[in-house]
Parts: sequence; structure tokens; C-alpha cells
Amino acid sequence: MRGVFIINGQRKEIEFAPHKRLLDVLRENGYTEVKEGCREGECGACVVLLDGKPVNSCQVLAASVMEKEIITVRGLGTIHKPHPIEEAFVEAGAVQCGFCTPGMIISTYALLKENPDPEDDDIKRALDGNLCRCTGYVKITKAVKLASKKVKKDGK
Amino acid sequence: MGDISKPVRRFDAPEKIMGTARYVDDYFEEEMLFVRIVRSTRPRARIKSIKLPKLPSGYCVVDKNDVPGENRIKMIFDDWPFFAEDVVNFYGEPILAIAGPDREKVYELSNAVKIEYEDIPPIYTIEESEENKRPPIFGENNLFADYFYEKGDPDGAFRDADQIVEEEFRTGFQEHIYLEPQGMIAKYEDGRITVFGSMQCPYYVKNALIKAFGFPEDRIRVVQTTTGGGFGGKEEYPSQIAGIAAFCAYKTGKTVKLVYDRAEDVEFTTKRHPSRIRIKGAIKDKRVVGIEVDIALNAGAYAGLSSVVLQRAMFAATGAYRIDNVRVLGKAFATNIVPLGAFRGFGAPQAIFAIETFMNHVAKKMGEDPVRFKLAHRYKKGDTTATGGLLRSEVRLPEITEKIIEMSEYYEKKKQKEKDGKLYGIGFSMFLHGCGFTGNGEEVLKSIARLKKRKDDKVEILISNVEMGQGPQTTLRKVVAQVLGIPMEDVIYENPDTDKVPDSGPTVASRTAMIVGGLLYRVAKELKEKWKEGEEVVVEKQYRHPEYIKWDQSTFKGDAYPEYSWGANVIEVEVDPLTYEIEVKKAYAVFDLGTPLDKKIIEGQIHGGMLQGIGYATLEVMEFENGRFKQRTITDYIIPTAMDAPLFETDLVVEPYKNGPFGAKCAGELTLVGAAPAVCAAVEDALGINLYEIPIRPEKLLVLMNKEDN
Ligand code: FES
Ligand code: FES
Repeated sequence: MRGVFIINGQRKEIEFAPHKRLLDVLRENGYTEVKEGCREGECGACVVLLDGKPVNSCQVLAASVMEKEIITVRGLGTIHKPHPIEEAFVEAGAVQCGFCTPGMIISTYALLKENPDPEDDDIKRALDGNLCRCTGYVKITKAVKLASKKVKKDGK
Repeated sequence: MGDISKPVRRFDAPEKIMGTARYVDDYFEEEMLFVRIVRSTRPRARIKSIKLPKLPSGYCVVDKNDVPGENRIKMIFDDWPFFAEDVVNFYGEPILAIAGPDREKVYELSNAVKIEYEDIPPIYTIEESEENKRPPIFGENNLFADYFYEKGDPDGAFRDADQIVEEEFRTGFQEHIYLEPQGMIAKYEDGRITVFGSMQCPYYVKNALIKAFGFPEDRIRVVQTTTGGGFGGKEEYPSQIAGIAAFCAYKTGKTVKLVYDRAEDVEFTTKRHPSRIRIKGAIKDKRVVGIEVDIALNAGAYAGLSSVVLQRAMFAATGAYRIDNVRVLGKAFATNIVPLGAFRGFGAPQAIFAIETFMNHVAKKMGEDPVRFKLAHRYKKGDTTATGGLLRSEVRLPEITEKIIEMSEYYEKKKQKEKDGKLYGIGFSMFLHGCGFTGNGEEVLKSIARLKKRKDDKVEILISNVEMGQGPQTTLRKVVAQVLGIPMEDVIYENPDTDKVPDSGPTVASRTAMIVGGLLYRVAKELKEKWKEGEEVVVEKQYRHPEYIKWDQSTFKGDAYPEYSWGANVIEVEVDPLTYEIEVKKAYAVFDLGTPLDKKIIEGQIHGGMLQGIGYATLEVMEFENGRFKQRTITDYIIPTAMDAPLFETDLVVEPYKNGPFGAKCAGELTLVGAAPAVCAAVEDALGINLYEIPIRPEKLLVLMNKEDN
């Protein structure tokens, strides 16, 4: 079947099989920044924003989200002009192997939209669905706090 | 701590935050084939017949008959086949593979393969393997390795002892759960095999393919793609995947992708060896004066690296303690379980858990405070290790201990028994880690590191070690840039490609910073002398241990490692008095890992390693039942999430190693080994009982506490 998705602000017409998951449709069409860590809805590596809400794209049928707005980590900033959250992740040292990072950044974006001033506990709760095996989550939590400051300053 | 320790922005971070870094599964090609492995559904059986479904055009089967060279994965004993031959030895062992253009069709076809088996009585546990009542899996007695070493006069020490304490410890499986599942892409073009993928050791993969294809080495090329974590899981196992992908590429002439899904990765790749460790201590005047440690590892169906894992476990058997009369025995047992393999710490976490817990128990028995008891036994500079190696550098355990005790307010908190309605406990561990390859590993390897100064005055680092999150893209650049006095941006270090880089050895054993970094440091010094602006200059060097390192691999005598890192951990836990659910609240660590090459990267290693160690002690349960793992996905196999992570407080004490770059020693594994015993000591403190096993599960605590009550 064919359908239109609004990905990172651009309308995209995509041909896909009706049973395909959003994760596969995105990855097969060049959005490889959305990672597959489990396909079980457990790891959060595949998190994207769907109409502003974070979802595990491996648990979403692509056919059910046509015409909806999808944002991946590449939709937030560019390599020359990273989003303040992305910048905060680098500064805080929250990136190691990087496989969890795109999902973590999207979940952080969603959290800061809801709660611009999160405490440690809010952060841990918001990121509970994003597994990271490298960092022990310490620097990720720091990055979120730093991001919260930066976002406020930038007014984003 | 000098300039080198000052944190810089990680070089690999920008493309990782943007999602433009390409991991193996991010490469797509038109006309690419997908592969699915058809696996044994029996733990041990003879294959009687294989019935294939009708294959549509464009789809093919690849099996043992398609291996051009030897159907054996090159490791230590080379007993592990790429594809099972007549017999399968574990549930999930690859039998054949199906390749084709549509991934879903490939899955469907692979599910339709019918295999008939004739079962052979399986062996699962160390005890079953040891009894040897069933047809052996390996040799005549199921032993992949059977070792022994001694120091002093252990028999005399036991004879003269005031008291002998004997205990038995158990540790479980642990699965790596690197966030990026394993995978490889293979091509066959112009008579050459090229493999791209997620890996720690490009030359392990290359050597495995040379043997599997029987090709000269210039017809095999291996390239690492950005790797989403390894932790040892991508040390030896990638050769299995690379082989199968490459056989498919060779047969079809197409580009082939073989990426494991998570369930496959959880159930069928290597894991940490479960162990049974028996310790017998001779006590005289309230001190352990003699010790016998008997280590048994469950090694799984094929030898893999188990013999070396066992050696590291054995050399860590007395932990950070000087005991003059030592006997250490070790065996690695074959069983019908996936081959167990490398995992951060490589045998040391099992041994350190056992000795630390033993020392706690003995201290309690003697009515002594465990911290003081351990300090009284600790190694000092000039002591000889269990294998008789000389400790040449200062052992700063007193300072490390003092720092951590103060930082954690250990003694004040030790008095506490309850907190917010929970049982409260605090535990301490003290430990060491041998840096670099065990025994004669580095001597056999003779790593080569090369620097190429280009005409544009930029310098390329040419080594086979990989970035997998642990930071060498940044730390090694820093080392080279600082020696040469050039900006870090002028140092280039790409993912290794065996066509371009010499074999500087695998990315394992915490050796990259100290051994390879040390070698690069010396190469850079020489390059600096030979530097000619606008001209190309290439310098390379081969690693040799310092002259004074003496080791006899046949007797296990001498310096098992060229240097050691040291540490202490304190863990605070709260245990629910009804359910015995354990919450790890706070984790403290002080390490001497030499000069940190970047403080922020080292902190990242500490937090990640400790949390992995805490998981090992508590949440990470993998049970083997009826020939199969019960936990087959990450829904079942639990690793710590952000909610499970404790607060961390860490510090460093620096005793530089003169042959490490700027004094760096080993770091990556050290951060994991001490966590489990500290957690165990904390839970013991909370409940007032002794424990002998990890992971520590609430169900088991419930049973133990009920017994206590009766
Ligand atoms: S891939 Fe979707 S949650 Fe893991
Ligand atoms: S950085 Fe590796 S999983 Fe998070």
C-alpha cells in the first residue's frame, strides 16, 4: 500500500506492506537514526515522536499513523546546528556506544516539553523505557538537566 | 593528574547524537540478501535427516558443505564448527542458513525446514559433566582445561592451622545486552571476501575467515562498523556470524546481511561462565595463612576461550590479598549449553566474588571488622602474587580504603539497621585487576601499532583496536596529539579496516589504553623525532613486554600480568522485610587505574561497569531449564534501567604505570569486578546472614530467612 507520512516536517509518500511496523518503514526509507534494539517494546532505541508523544516505533503499525507527524533525532537539529539537547548529551559525556542515544534524546525532548524543570526522579521515570548498557545512566541524567537549562535559555 | 586527564568532547559523539553514525544494520544495498540461521531445537542429538521446503528462485540454502576451507571457527582448540556436522551440541546450534532477497520470506522458509534428530543424553551442569556418566562431549572427561598451581606450602599451612574454613560459592550466567545486536555484512568481489560488522577484534574475524575459506590472507578483508557496545560479547562470537554471512556471499555472489534479532542474540550468543568455586582457608592467629581455591567453570558446548577465562579466574583467586601458601585448581567443563565466552572481567568477576565473600565470612567468624581484616591481608609493594609475580609498583589500597570509608561514611552507616521501613545494609569490597592479556598472551600476539604522518601534516593512527563506546577514538587521539604537540583534530583514527591497519591485537582485556596506547606513545615519540613538514613519514613498533616481566606458561609461575589496577567499592542496599526485594541505593568507588586518559570517559566506564556488576549480582537472572534458557528476550532477561540505577560517588587514586601512556593502567573491566561482592556484603549486613551465590534473588532470600526463623 501507499501512504503519506510527515517525517521531520516533510511530507513523504511511501510504499509499504500493510503489516509493516513504523520502525521498519522508517529504517527502510533512510531514517536509520531510528535504531532497532529489540522489537519487543523494551529498549527504547526506536523511540520517535508521534504527534509530539514518544512511542516505541517497533510497536506501531505504520498503516495506523499515516498523515501523522513523526519526528526523529535528525528532525531536531543538524550536525552544524545541533539541538540544545543533542549538545547537552555531548557536553555531559552521555554518549558512549551511541546506540541508545537517538532514543534517549527523543525521550528527553518529550520530557522537557512536559516538564521543563525535571528533578532526578522525574528524569529516571521518563527514561525508564530507554535502556542503556554503557553509561549507568549517570551522565545521561546530567545531560537531561543540562539540556533543561539550555532549552530554557534558547527558548526552544 | 596532568593535562591528559582533562575531559574533551568525544570525537565519536557528534555523529552519534545526530543518528548519522552507521552501525552494521544501517547499511542497505539494492539486491542485498538476508540470511536466517536454522538452528538445532535439541540440546544434544545426532541429525538424522533434513527436509528442506521448496525454495523459490533467488533463495538458497548454505550449510557445512558450502564451507570452502575448514568448518571450524579459529580459536584456541578450533573445536567449534560454523555449521553443525552430524551432531548438535546445544539448543540453537547453527545447522544451515537460508539466504534470499525478502527478509520475511527467508524467515518463513527457515521455519519450514524439518529436521529429524536422534537424541543423545545431554549434560547441563558442572556436576553432570564432572561425573562423566554420559557419553562425554569433549575428549574423554569433558574437560576443556584442567590446571593447577601452587605457592609456598599449602599442606603445611593446613596442618598447622588453628582452624580451617571451607565454603562453596556459585555464580550465574550473565548476558551482555550490548544495545546493538550482533551482525555482519559480507561480499564476494574480484575473488576477495569482505566482511563489515559489529566487532571488537577485526583480526580474529580475519583469521577465522582465512581458515574457513583456505584463502591467502590478501583475499580476506574485515572492516569494523560503528559498534553499539561489546563488553566481550563481540570478542570471539562475531567470527561465527562473519563466517556464515561470508559463505552465503561466496555461494551467491551477492551482498549478504546477517543481523541477529534480539531474541536470537539473547538466547544463542556467548555469555558469562557460571561457576562453582570452593575455598578452603587455613586460619592461624586470626589470619588466613593458607588457601586452596578450586574453580569449576561451566564452559558450554565448545572450548572457545574458556581455557583463558579459567586462567584469569585462577590468577585472581586470592584477590587483593597476600597469602603465602596457595593452591589453585581449575577446570572448564563441557556441557550442552551455548559456548560460554568473554565478558568484561573474563573470569575475574567470579573469582573476586568468591574470595571477597569468603574473606567477609572469615572476618565475621573471627569477630573482626571486614574492612580491617582485609587491609591486614592486602598486597604491598614488593610482595609476590599468588603466581609468584613481583608487585613492583606501590599498592595504594590503604589510601583507596581510607577515601572510600570517609566518602561513604561507612562506619556510621554500618550501625544503621533500618531505613524507611526497609532493612538497611552496607557492604565493602577490595580487589585488583591484572592489566592486559593473561600470561603469555601479549608475547604470543606481538602487536604492531603504526602512525602515518601524511603530506598534509595530519597523522593517522593505524591499529586494529575498535571504538565500541569505551572511548579510544578520543583517548588515543589525545595520547598521540599530546606527544606530537599537534591539535587532536589533526589526528585521524578511523574504524579499522584490515587492508589498512596492522594487527595491534584484539580490543579486549582492558589492553587498549595501556598496552596499545603505550605502544602508540612510543611510536609517537619516534615520529616526533623523524617529523618532516610536508612529507610522509611512517613509524611502526612491535609490542614487547618489559624485560623484567617473567612468566612460565607451563607452570603458571611469574608475572601473570605486567601491571595491576586496584579498587574498592562500597554499596548501600535497602531490602524489603516482606518480599526481600533488593534496592541498591548508593554505590561508591575509588579506583587506582593509573592516570586517567580522560576523566569524563573514565567516569563513564566506572558508572557503566559498576551498574553491570550490580545487575550481575541482583537482577540479571538467566536460568537453564530442560535444555534451553528460560529467559529468551529482554522482556525476560532484565538489565538495570534508569530507575534501578543507584546514586554514584567515585574518586581516583593515581599510581602511574611507567609503560602505560602518561601512566595509564587498565580500567574497563576493573570497574565491574568489585560490585557483586559489595552488593552481597550489603545484603548480608541487612539480613544478618551469610550468602554464597549470585544473582541474589528475593525468592531465595525468602527461603533462607524462613529457615533462619525456624
Ligand atoms: S526496538 Fe523498539 S523498543 Fe526496542
Ligand atoms: S551509550 Fe551504549 S547503550 Fe547507551
